[in-house]
Amino acid sequence: MTQPTNIDYLTILPLIILIAWSCVLLLVDLFIPKTRKWITALLAAGGLAVTLIFTALQIGKSSVGFNNMVVLDGFSIFANVLLLLSGLFGIALAHGYVKRMGIQRGEYFILIIFSVTGMMLMAQAADLIIVFLALELLSIPLYVLAAFTRKVESEESGVKYFLLGAFATGFVVYGTALIFGSTGTTSLTAIATAASNGTSGLLLSIGAALLLVGFGFKVAAVPFHMWTPDVYQGAPTSVTAFMSSGAKIAGFVALLRVFATAFPSISSDMTNILWVMSALTMIVGNFVAISQTNIKRMLAYSSIAHAGYILMAFVPYGNKAVVATSITAGLFYLLTYVLTNFGAWAVVISLEKAEGKGLEISDYSGLAKKYPALAAAMAIFMLSFIGFPPTLGMVGKFYLFRAAIEGGFSGLAILGVVTSLVSAYYYLRVVVNMYFREGDPEIERETWLTITTGLTAVATVLLSFVPQLLFLLANTAVLK
Amino acid sequence: MIPVDYYVALSAVLFSIGALGVLIRRNPLIIFMSIELMLNAANLAFVAFGRSHEIQTGEPFFGGQIFVFFVIAVAAAEVAVGLALIVEIFKTKKNINIDELNSLKG
Repeated sequence: MTQPTNIDYLTILPLIILIAWSCVLLLVDLFIPKTRKWITALLAAGGLAVTLIFTALQIGKSSVGFNNMVVLDGFSIFANVLLLLSGLFGIALAHGYVKRMGIQRGEYFILIIFSVTGMMLMAQAADLIIVFLALELLSIPLYVLAAFTRKVESEESGVKYFLLGAFATGFVVYGTALIFGSTGTTSLTAIATAASNGTSGLLLSIGAALLLVGFGFKVAAVPFHMWTPDVYQGAPTSVTAFMSSGAKIAGFVALLRVFATAFPSISSDMTNILWVMSALTMIVGNFVAISQTNIKRMLAYSSIAHAGYILMAFVPYGNKAVVATSITAGLFYLLTYVLTNFGAWAVVISLEKAEGKGLEISDYSGLAKKYPALAAAMAIFMLSFIGFPPTLGMVGKFYLFRAAIEGGFSGLAILGVVTSLVSAYYYLRVVVNMYFREGDPEIERETWLTITTGLTAVATVLLSFVPQLLFLLANTAVLK
Repeated sequence: MIPVDYYVALSAVLFSIGALGVLIRRNPLIIFMSIELMLNAANLAFVAFGRSHEIQTGEPFFGGQIFVFFVIAVAAAEVAVGLALIVEIFKTKKNINIDELNSLKG
């Protein structure tokens, strides 16, 4: 056994900063009076911002640490930046919301940092032990956050999320056990070596399938999506915004890394399963969303549908020629999704009143007349979700479909286009309500909420004009 | 000596019982126990596979057992949060039947 060296610590430096800061904050929070919990929010956001700087300093570096347990590479840095941004957006959205809903407690922000740490560890994991630990570190704070309001709906959402999340963990652990049984190791690279030597393929395939089931729950892919609408609807909206982005990114980057690194040898089995999963997720998510009247439930089904689009990037993962483009497309789409998703949830939070009022799609009637800027922002997010130009969503979908076609899965790409058309129906219904119906909506004005809405709306439009730049950025992040 | 296969078969049976329990039972506490059963089935498989690997290579090998420690520790953390959530919802609803947790639908 070797002692950890500086390289080991530098590999996970942002994580060390974040976890140390959150432990300190737990203590500091005790001394902050109940009426001034915004200080905790500020300190938490500061910690995330500092970590973001340190992550930015890591750009271009790559190393492995702790006996190949964690890895630092372009892929992990790209994901970490996205995750830290989600954490910052999550705190910005929560800042005013928790006050308004009377749940202003310091733990909220600290739990978000803990969860972000878990997500970042997930992106850096190079061993199934770390994948498991990171999965739990990101999930357990989210279970608590989902039940944070202490109302029946919120608690119900917390219990449902907890039971199904723990159920999924069971699958991940058992899958890891089977993979360990067939290869004698939990290190991703060692699994790939052992698997290519042809040891016990069946056990490995079953293990990989169980892992897929577990992660399928986490990223809300059909047929493991049933919890999503209930949890997203019942949880406080600021928590929903955070978990629908952060947990999804973390789940997908872990899946990408595990499959692309460890399981290329069983891609012939896995590709078919992933194809079916991706297709089902797109179809079910988009079609069920049509019948929703509650905006939170509609966005929950929309997040399921988007999981299907991102899964599309996985399908050709065993094909050496296209795996790079398809992973790039997947990462690019995650970026698109994060910006659009946070923006849309920020608008939802602006309209939400106490006691769950203001959450029906009909409550958006007349928004354009009274608050044109907010309505325009919401329209941009809805168009970006559909994939309508000139928004980032269009570029993201274009890259995804192109990658699918290059990988020889034209059928899946066509299905993606068709389901996107279907999705226009329910996204545009929001726009129609805002612009063509009469109504008298009231909104909450909060500085950070406005900033988040504005920033994401502008980014969604402007970045779509320089997609090549972002694509190259994502391309440097591809797993070699 | 009992062959390793037997342990693995037992762990598969335990895992299936756990998974079925989650799907069939309606009390969150029992569901939670079933989840623990699934985790412990995985632990058994880890130890069994670790031992078989040790016999094959003839060298001491701790990979499986170390994972088991992590699983036990994390499961304990999950119990803390999970039971707190279940107690909290019991305080609000005076009832913990899963079928009656239906205030969210659509």
